[in-house]
Amino acid sequence: MNRYPFWKYLIIVVSVLLGLLYTLPNFFGESPAVQVSPLRSAAKVDTVLLQRVEDALKKANLAPSGMFLEAGGIKARFADTDMQLKAKDVLQSALGNNYVVALNLLPNSPQWLTSIGALPMYLGLDLRGGVHFMLQVDMKGALSKAMDRHGADIRGSLREQKIQYAGLDREGSQIIIKFRDAESRAKGEAEIGKTYGDLNLREQDVSGEFHLSATLKEEAQKRIQDSAVQQNITTLRNRVNELGVAEPIIQQAGADRVVVQLPGVQDTAKAKDILGRTATLEVRMVDEERDVEAALRGQIPFGSELHAERGGGPILVKKQVVLTGDRINDAQAGFDSNNQPAVHLNLDNNGSRIFKQLTRDNVGKRMAILLIEKNLVEVVTAPVIREEIGGGRVQISGRMTTEEARDVALLLRAGALAAPMDIIEERTVGPSLGAENISRGFNSTLYGFLAVAAFMSIYYMMFGFISVVALGVNLLLLIGLLSILQATLTLPGMAAIALTLGMAIDANVLINERIRDELRNGISPQAAISAGYERAFGTILDSNVTTLIAGIALFAFGSGPVKGFAVVLCLGILTSMFSALMVSRGMVNVMYGSRRKLEKVPIGQVWKPVSEKR
Amino acid sequence: MEFFRIKRDIPFMSWGKYTTAISLATFILSVFFLFSKGLNLGVDFTGGTVMEVGYSQPADLNRVRDVVAKLGMGDASVQNFGTSRDVLIRLPAKPEISSAQLSETVMAALRQDDKTVEMRRVEFVGPQVGEELVENGALALLVVSFGIVAYLAMRFEWKFGVAGIIANLHDVVIILGFFAFFQWEFSLTVLAAILAILGYSVNESVVIFDRIRENFRKMRKATVAQTIDNAITRTMSRTIITHGSTQMVVVSMLLFGGEALHYFALALTIGILFGIYSSVLVASPIIMLLGVTREDLVKPEKKKEETEALP
Repeated sequence: MNRYPFWKYLIIVVSVLLGLLYTLPNFFGESPAVQVSPLRSAAKVDTVLLQRVEDALKKANLAPSGMFLEAGGIKARFADTDMQLKAKDVLQSALGNNYVVALNLLPNSPQWLTSIGALPMYLGLDLRGGVHFMLQVDMKGALSKAMDRHGADIRGSLREQKIQYAGLDREGSQIIIKFRDAESRAKGEAEIGKTYGDLNLREQDVSGEFHLSATLKEEAQKRIQDSAVQQNITTLRNRVNELGVAEPIIQQAGADRVVVQLPGVQDTAKAKDILGRTATLEVRMVDEERDVEAALRGQIPFGSELHAERGGGPILVKKQVVLTGDRINDAQAGFDSNNQPAVHLNLDNNGSRIFKQLTRDNVGKRMAILLIEKNLVEVVTAPVIREEIGGGRVQISGRMTTEEARDVALLLRAGALAAPMDIIEERTVGPSLGAENISRGFNSTLYGFLAVAAFMSIYYMMFGFISVVALGVNLLLLIGLLSILQATLTLPGMAAIALTLGMAIDANVLINERIRDELRNGISPQAAISAGYERAFGTILDSNVTTLIAGIALFAFGSGPVKGFAVVLCLGILTSMFSALMVSRGMVNVMYGSRRKLEKVPIGQVWKPVSEKR
Repeated sequence: MEFFRIKRDIPFMSWGKYTTAISLATFILSVFFLFSKGLNLGVDFTGGTVMEVGYSQPADLNRVRDVVAKLGMGDASVQNFGTSRDVLIRLPAKPEISSAQLSETVMAALRQDDKTVEMRRVEFVGPQVGEELVENGALALLVVSFGIVAYLAMRFEWKFGVAGIIANLHDVVIILGFFAFFQWEFSLTVLAAILAILGYSVNESVVIFDRIRENFRKMRKATVAQTIDNAITRTMSRTIITHGSTQMVVVSMLLFGGEALHYFALALTIGILFGIYSSVLVASPIIMLLGVTREDLVKPEKKKEETEALP
């Protein structure tokens, strides 16, 4: 009666073996590594690159303990962090700008384990150290920027079509275009309506002036906001890539939020600086007709602004924006014909057209390239336009060091943010605290397990020991499952491992108490074991389902670390059901099931009330 | 070994009046403290910045306080965290300064004062995020409660669902009462612990309910109170041992888990202790009160009898 069909034993053995196999990588630990990955699609990852990396490392006398060529890049493992850091510098200078060299951790497990997908558990930021940001995209800012762009475009179109207009202003969320007469307004309206489908146009007559107001259509607003979030994510990804972070996570969270996680980042200040840069780029004209000295005294001319030029004095810049950074396809640092450091830009079609017109009309004049950060405006450079520039190839040079050229190129290439972003949540964990948290979580689990194991073995004797083994299997399966799923393990997650162990023992206690109960009622040992397991099953199921409900709700509504707790809790419930019911039963069946005459169940002393015996 | 050598069923149900009085008293006291003192909500819910910094020697809190005050953040709280070398600095949310700047400025100032200082942790939560976390937490509590009532109602009967959830919400309120009374920090992890406890201590009620159902089938002559008494008495041993085992693990967390898991483990401890009490002495009297009968649970057999009687 206490025998399992062969397939049930097979399930138990196979799952335990799988659990062992996938838990294994966690014992090998990780060692510092350097990861080389291409920044642009032009840069290839092949054996040639591998050779270059090897040569560069050999030259610097840095022998990696392992090198791997993968589709995404090359990884080199080192004995210690010191070598890792040196190797990073060596490789970065040897490979140049086309490759990102990032610090990473590589599992020490043998190749055959990695090749079957057995990886160590994926540690959350509170365990490995790193930065977590939640950024909120300023949607109003996105719309405002879109209106700015439309304003500039409308100016261009009207001028191109030779339609006379008296002025163009932004008023809140609308653009007001002023015309001298109704006829030119009608022409303007027709032209704008044809070219700009996103705008709602309305005629207004204000004190004898012929106004045309343009507002964004609702669906256009929604589209702009959606694409603003998308573009910001792209921009952040580019910037993070330039930072050289291995395995960054950048994803949208909700309608207007972005989550950025940078594991293992040591220099958190720099990460914050680069990410937090809400820098946007604008091309405007320099106001050369008016006097800077007068402006400095407070008489800033209408339609212009006073700004500081990088490495130079104050400069007057027109308010009108000609071109924004999102018209840039690519930016590279290089040198101009005079061998001066320069940034080469590649504009998109619309940008090329605008730029061509701008330079044709303004040869000999100065334009300004502005970097705007949180109301702080800086003129990066204000070069003189020497000739009409067509084809969208622009070269910015003058007053730049090679370093500065590289920085500007980086920022332009990574793209400007489509809308400003604010950090609304930040969780930074230093590496030392991360390591401490791991040992805390580990110790809690270890000592909790040992205490329960000792108690169970003493109280329930052999059956207690079987329960402990089942509990061990539960732990093994849980860690194996977490490793397979690569679910993020956080400190609350580790607490959940400990907690599920404490809770999982409930099932075994229920079974053991039931068996004792049946024995007390005078049933034969074999029948008692069988009845104990069967009767306890319903109860175990019920009680686990209620905990599972709590776990699922926590997963659905929790965020960050709490979600990690919920995942482990839910998985732990599933594995504990399996181990308490199947594994412990299987062991009992193997040990006692085939014995014809089982005199006594080794489940500790079964006390019988004297009154019943009478 | 056998701890529980109970000869006769313990008349739990006859103590109904006293236990209800005790429960009611603790409950009202908890609610009172919740309203009079309020919860000491962590940065997760209030918004603001928390920084944990470590020194190589025991830290001079007054000096740290001075440094922070010099930055114009006089309303910051500075205290030890875990050990005397670790310092926790709480900065209230300031809309005009971004979090990134705030923690960097403080860190730079601290570093200038003492080079050995090390950044261990920074947590910044914007006010809007805090509000959402409160909302989500409340929603999770609600969903868990309804889910459990629905499941118990399906598996047993609605009276059991109601009794189970009242008993366990009673536990939750008492845990909250403790946190309010001692002004322990109520963080997101504590909330997770409370929800886990909600799911866990319902187990307790489920085990007893299961026995009650079984007893209704077996003990045909006994009264409802006797049936329940017997069910509780017979599951007593299991109740104590299970909770004891879970508590062992939680104690291990209290001892080795450090500050980060301290309040988490504390919430679990209170939850486990009151979980035992409430499922035995709160849930069961409520089912009695709701007028549970044998027929509520032993329907299938009754139907069989009817069909047999018909022809």
